Amino acid sequence: MTGPSAPTLTLDPILTLDKVSKTFGNGPGAVRAARSISFSLHAGRALAVVGESGSGKTTCARIAMREYEPSEGRLLYKGRPVDAAGAREIADYRRSVQMIFQDPFASLNPAHTIAYHLKRPLMLHRPDIKGAAVAEEIKALLRQVKLDPDIVAPKYPHELSGGQRQRVNIARALAAKPEVIVADEPTSMLDVSVRLGVLNLLSEMKREMNLGLLYITHDIATARYVAEDIAVMYAGQIVEWGNTGKVIDNPAHPYTKLLLSAVPDPDIRFDDPNAHVSSAHADETRRRSAADQATIREVEPDHFVRAA
Amino acid sequence: MTAPLLSVKNLTIDYIGETNDFRAVDNVSFDVAPGEVFGLAGESGCGKSTIAFAISRLHKPPALIRKHSAILLDGRNVLDLDQKDLADFRWREVAMVFQSAMNSLNPVLRIEQQFYDVLRTHKRITRAQARDRTAEMLRLVDISPDRMRDYPHQFSGGMRQRIVIAICLALDPRLIVMDEPTTALDVVVQREILQRINELRRKLGFAVLFITHDLGLMVQFCDRIGIMLGGKLVEQGTADAIYRTPEHDYTKKLWASFPSLHGGVLR
Repeated sequence: MTGPSAPTLTLDPILTLDKVSKTFGNGPGAVRAARSISFSLHAGRALAVVGESGSGKTTCARIAMREYEPSEGRLLYKGRPVDAAGAREIADYRRSVQMIFQDPFASLNPAHTIAYHLKRPLMLHRPDIKGAAVAEEIKALLRQVKLDPDIVAPKYPHELSGGQRQRVNIARALAAKPEVIVADEPTSMLDVSVRLGVLNLLSEMKREMNLGLLYITHDIATARYVAEDIAVMYAGQIVEWGNTGKVIDNPAHPYTKLLLSAVPDPDIRFDDPNAHVSSAHADETRRRSAADQATIREVEPDHFVRAA
Repeated sequence: MTAPLLSVKNLTIDYIGETNDFRAVDNVSFDVAPGEVFGLAGESGCGKSTIAFAISRLHKPPALIRKHSAILLDGRNVLDLDQKDLADFRWREVAMVFQSAMNSLNPVLRIEQQFYDVLRTHKRITRAQARDRTAEMLRLVDISPDRMRDYPHQFSGGMRQRIVIAICLALDPRLIVMDEPTTALDVVVQREILQRINELRRKLGFAVLFITHDLGLMVQFCDRIGIMLGGKLVEQGTADAIYRTPEHDYTKKLWASFPSLHGGVLR
C-alpha cells in the first residue's frame, strides 16, 4: 500500500498493485470492477482478498496475472512497472506469477496425462532440465504435493478426485519455480473434507518455498486460517485491510461487520434475537459501502479502514 | 415427539448399472415432525440429494427404490401414489427448492405468470385470486408486490431465490425440501433468506428438510440433524448434540474440516 496506508512491512514486495482501477464497458452502464486497489505481495506471506461475488476480487487476481490491463494505476514487479518491461522481463513475470484456478475439473486438459501437464511448464520455463531429469522432476513435484508419482503421473484427469486434481494444479504451478501464487477460490469446488488438506498444502508451499500467496476467497474463516494479511472488498473497493486477526477481531468498516455477522457460526442459533441480521440494515450497509470510500483511517497499527 | 409428518423407513436406492449397481442410499430411516427443521449433512456423493429427490418422487431411472423402502407423509406411502395422486401431492404437500433454484425461473415469463402456473395447475383459482396470493407471498419474502410484473433477470440472485421459495409456499405445503438452497449465494444473503424461512416456519408451521454440506450453518438453523456417509445415515441427533457431543468419527472429522472464525490458525 502507498502513503498512509502502507502496512508496516520492511520487506520489498514482489508484486504490487498501485491504485489500480478496472472499468468494463463505458457510459452510464460501465462497471467499475476495481476502484483504486492497492496491495502488495511479499515472499513467505499470504494475503487473503475476501468479498462476495461481484466484489471485484477475481478482477484483482486477473490484473495481477496480467490477464486484464488496468484502466488506471500500475502493476509493479519487484518495484518496476510491468508495462514498461521488455519481452524477457515479461517472460520472467509469466514464470514468476502462477495461478491456481477455482475449477479443478475444467483446468486440466482431459486428453492429456498428468505427467504431460507437468512436463509442459518444465519445458517452457525451465529449459535447463532435460532428458531423464524431466521425469525425475515430475516425480519430485508430485511427491511435493503428496501424490504418489508412480500411480498419478500416467493417469488422465478424469481418473482423479477433485482434491487430487487441485494438487496436480498446485504441482503445475510449482513446476515453473514461481515467486507468487495466485489462488482464486482454490477449494470452493472441493468436498469439505479435502478442502483443509489443500489449504494446508498451499500454506506449506508458501512457507517452504518462501512464496507470496494471493488467496482469493468468499470464506472469511478460511482466510483467517491461511493468511497473515487480509483485504475485505465490496463493490470494487478494498474497504478494510491489515493484519488478519486484527481485522476479524476488531472490524471497523460497517461492511466487514455485516459480513462477519453472517458467517455461519454453530454457536449462534437463528432463533436468538440478538443474532438477527436485519435485511434493512444489510441493504443500507451495502448502499453506503458502494459509495466512494475516499478517506483512509488507521484503526490500530497494521489495520486500516476506508470511509466515505 | 408428536406423530411425525414425514417418516422415511428403510429407504434403499440403487443406481442400476450395466454390470453392477451402485447403492446410493442404504437402509436410511428418519422422521421429521410437523414444523421441524431436519438437516441432512454430508459430502457430495453421500446420497443426500438422492433422498431429497425420492421424497418428491422425482427420481428417475437408473435410480431404483428397493422393496421394503417406505416414505410416509402423514402415514401415506408416497411410493404407492399413482400419477394423479402424485400431481396433487407435489407442491401441495411437499415443495422442493433446488440448489440453483434461482435459475429454474422461466426467463421469458413475468413472475406473476410463474405463480399463476403453479397455482392454476394444483388448485381452482381465478387470475385475480392468483394475483392476490402472489402479492401476499411476495410480501412474505420481503419483495414488493408491485414487482410481480417484472421478469426474473430484473432481480438479483438472492431475490430470485426468495421468489422461488415464495412460489413453493404459495400452496401451503406441509414440508419443504431444500437441497443446498443457498450454496450459490453470498453469506449475508444466505443468512437473510434462511432467517426469513425460520420465521415463516414458526408462523406458518411447515416443516423443512434442509440439505447442505455446511455443518455450522446447519446447527444454526436445524432442530435435528442426520449425518450421511456413503449412503448410510451414520448419526442423528439434536443440533446441539451433533455440535457439542458428536459420536461418530466421521461427524468429528467433518467438524474438523471447518476452520472457525475463532479457532486455530495455520501460521
